Amino acid sequence: MGEREIAIVSFAEVIVERSDRDDCELLLPVLKRALGDVGLTQQDIGFTVSGSSDFLGGRPFAFVMATDVLGAWPPIRESHVEMDGAFALYEAWVRLQHGDLDTALVFAFGRPSQGPLHDVMSLQLDPYYMAPLRPDALSLGALAARAALDAGLTSEDELARIAGERRGVPTSTSEPYLREPLRAHATPTLRDGAAAIVLAAGDGARALSKRPAWIRGLDHRIEPHSLGARSLTRSVSTEQAARGAGALGFGADVAELHARFAHEEPLLSRALELPASTRVNPSGGALAQDPVMVTGLCRLGHAARAVHEGAARAIAHATSGPCLQQNLVCTLEAR
Amino acid sequence: MSDVMRAPYVLEYGYRRSTGPVIGQFLTALRDGRLVGGKTARGRVIVPPTEYDPETGDAVDELVPVGDAGVVTTWTWVAEPAPGQPLARPFAWALVKLDGADTAMLHAVDAGEPSRMKTGMRVRARFRAERSGTILDLEAFLPEQAS
Repeated sequence: MGEREIAIVSFAEVIVERSDRDDCELLLPVLKRALGDVGLTQQDIGFTVSGSSDFLGGRPFAFVMATDVLGAWPPIRESHVEMDGAFALYEAWVRLQHGDLDTALVFAFGRPSQGPLHDVMSLQLDPYYMAPLRPDALSLGALAARAALDAGLTSEDELARIAGERRGVPTSTSEPYLREPLRAHATPTLRDGAAAIVLAAGDGARALSKRPAWIRGLDHRIEPHSLGARSLTRSVSTEQAARGAGALGFGADVAELHARFAHEEPLLSRALELPASTRVNPSGGALAQDPVMVTGLCRLGHAARAVHEGAARAIAHATSGPCLQQNLVCTLEAR
Repeated sequence: MSDVMRAPYVLEYGYRRSTGPVIGQFLTALRDGRLVGGKTARGRVIVPPTEYDPETGDAVDELVPVGDAGVVTTWTWVAEPAPGQPLARPFAWALVKLDGADTAMLHAVDAGEPSRMKTGMRVRARFRAERSGTILDLEAFLPEQAS
């Protein structure tokens, strides 16, 4: 069966250091802009899906309250994933493959400022072996970073260089460790934020955008949850998703990688077999701005924006779970 | 922020979980001060065990004893432990591959200071005196020369 042609036609994001707005207030201008930029309203959307985590605010079913932003009328076909919005986009892409709907709105929101995010993340771990130990997300990142350093895949100098480039500030290995061997510069810059993407199929996409970012391939794969039962120095699920999405040898001008820690960039670049000609994370990525649960969708948005603005091909990557447990790869192209 | 009113807000779901035939045996062995792993059809020993082989998805139903000492495969240092973590004093998180195991498990290493930590070092499990059948029955690993 041939896949239906689907493109990202619009992207909007808002990222702030700390939002004093609630989720709906944060989302409203973002949804308005994503839809308005292509002349649509919610009534034109066939399928709506969001990604977020109720753990950030500590309120169950908070994502239902966020749908207030869509308005009570007309009734909508709606879904949600308790994951980064990038995985909501995957669901929208699958839904549009059914063929009966032509447009989808994907949005994500996250306000990690509501709590101690790195500690809260321990609640996503398995409830028997890892969660009772309460390891924070920075520590788990550091375990993977040391594994990468021990294997010779990167160096502390390289981590500082990557972090400096993404953050746009000077970095140095003379800075103290936050979690040895990670310094603060090699860890994500937590932000509050929201983002939205509009997908459209076939001629609908051509009508909405002068230069749609067509989805050539989209795939996501998962590895064992336990950090000790999988390789921390090779992202096998990224390799699998890259094959599924046609990313190997794709020759992308730009790759937007959801690397929350500096050591994940070389790991992911290797799994995607990125050539030196591919620009990695010109947006700065999660090292510069990490609106948790939104960051992956922003990678798709920035990769699409690169195509909208003239790039021939772009790759977007998003991740979920501890230490790159699950990975999504999307190839985008102009046609 | 002193003008912000604060009130306690307790959110709790009182789940009772069945740990099942594999995790249950592992936790029962821990309560008895022993460590066991799950042996897969291909002969690998998974510690801590899951009901399935993480590589193939095949069921794992044979549990075998493994050593209570092993090798640190990676580690990091926690200078300021958070409430609820295994130790209240500074410690290392590590992945430890126990003798006889093919996978590593996450736990704390009570090493005193980061200069005593090294990838490849040997550590030995220290069990709590009072055990209840949870992963915290294993209090921490200790550097082997010190135990």
